[in-house]
Amino acid sequence: MMGGIATDYEGRVIIDGKNTPFRGLYAAGECACVSVHGANRLGCNALLDTLVFGRRAGMQIKAFVQSVAHPKLPAKPAKSDAETIRILMKSSGKETSGNIRAELQESMMENVSVFRQKNSLTAALDKIMQLKTRYQNLAIQDKGNCFNRDLLDAIELGHLLDLAEVITRGALYREESRGAHSREDFPERDDVKFLAHTMIRYDEAKGVRIFTKPVAVTEFEPKERKY
Amino acid sequence: MKSTFSVYRFDPKVDKKPRYQEYEVDAEPTDKILDCLNKIRWEQDPTLAYRYSCAHGICGSDALMINGRIELACQKLLRDFKTGNNFVIEPLPLFEVIKDLIVDLEPFFEKYRQVQPYLIAGRNESDKEFIQSSENQEFIEPALRCILCASCTAACPINRARPDYLGPAALLRAFRYIFDSRDSITDVRLKKMDNPDGVWGCKTMWWCTEVCPKEIPITKCLGQIKRALKQK
Repeated sequence: MMGGIATDYEGRVIIDGKNTPFRGLYAAGECACVSVHGANRLGCNALLDTLVFGRRAGMQIKAFVQSVAHPKLPAKPAKSDAETIRILMKSSGKETSGNIRAELQESMMENVSVFRQKNSLTAALDKIMQLKTRYQNLAIQDKGNCFNRDLLDAIELGHLLDLAEVITRGALYREESRGAHSREDFPERDDVKFLAHTMIRYDEAKGVRIFTKPVAVTEFEPKERKY
Repeated sequence: MKSTFSVYRFDPKVDKKPRYQEYEVDAEPTDKILDCLNKIRWEQDPTLAYRYSCAHGICGSDALMINGRIELACQKLLRDFKTGNNFVIEPLPLFEVIKDLIVDLEPFFEKYRQVQPYLIAGRNESDKEFIQSSENQEFIEPALRCILCASCTAACPINRARPDYLGPAALLRAFRYIFDSRDSITDVRLKKMDNPDGVWGCKTMWWCTEVCPKEIPITKCLGQIKRALKQK
């Protein structure tokens, strides 16, 4: 996937288009998107993301933890995760992680691969939503609590489904072609509408929301790639 | 192509002793052993437990006994084995089995930590580069390839007889820092090696070198430590 957990150049996770940090939360490296060179996942960005921004995040974290008191934990911090696991373990559904994941992979490969268009992306989104419904009916066959890969697969699959939705919605939203995002129905780059970072947030009340963050254009003006 | 996998199963909470479970997998000769384990878990039996992460021979988490040889499941293809279409998959020897193909590697990493597996530069951070000659880098380069998969230590016959012996993987990491020109505690590191549970535990049996999936000449590297001790 292109992108990741949005951060500023100090590794602080940001929550909006104005670089407002989420206090105390940091990300760096593979999971993060600091948008080096204005984008993410360009050649050699991974090295900067780990060596430079990993270090910067580390220094920030050190300063932060020294500046604040130990926060009070909520009464039962593990409660919601424990509940998620309990529900998964108890489920008597008929679905398995293997089947759902295989269908997800097939649809993403077919519809959200290098060349995209509205029809294929919509088909993928429908499929993801169906799979999310089926996911509710997942059964864990391994009932033990020692290296339960079945349970781990199920939890990871839930995240995969969320990520697939985010990738597909982002691709649908961006009605242009830019960098590695190639829309067959919008082959041109459109700086008027889309010279911006796509940001996606999820919360239970409002679901998935797409908004943008302006691109900071400095010395190097973004140009269309002609080679 | 139908292949039969006889897989070691053991759940200490349920099973009194290990058992072997047979699975039939439809696989190509170019499939990896790991692909087949994944097929078993995803299509037939999600209760099968084994470790893997990158699936490309970098993370070092899927070292297993495959047809009696220690190999990385992600690096070996079905056609690499001359045993027809039958495969026996077992956990690494030496270590205690936690479940199925997963062993407890804590003792392995405990020994690894004992050799202080990090550079002790002995100088303050400065804005100047800390230069290492390319000859020095080349000398320790083989050891840098180590992915800590534990194959060598699991294969080493000395380790089975001497539980406190550091073992090839930890000693290889010691080699990497003893001969790093930038490290400041070479003598301390060498002294730690100078005992029967250190580098003298190695009896040059070459099993570590033979099983290393990254083709590191481990035995030779350990020999360099011995030589340095003798020359002191």
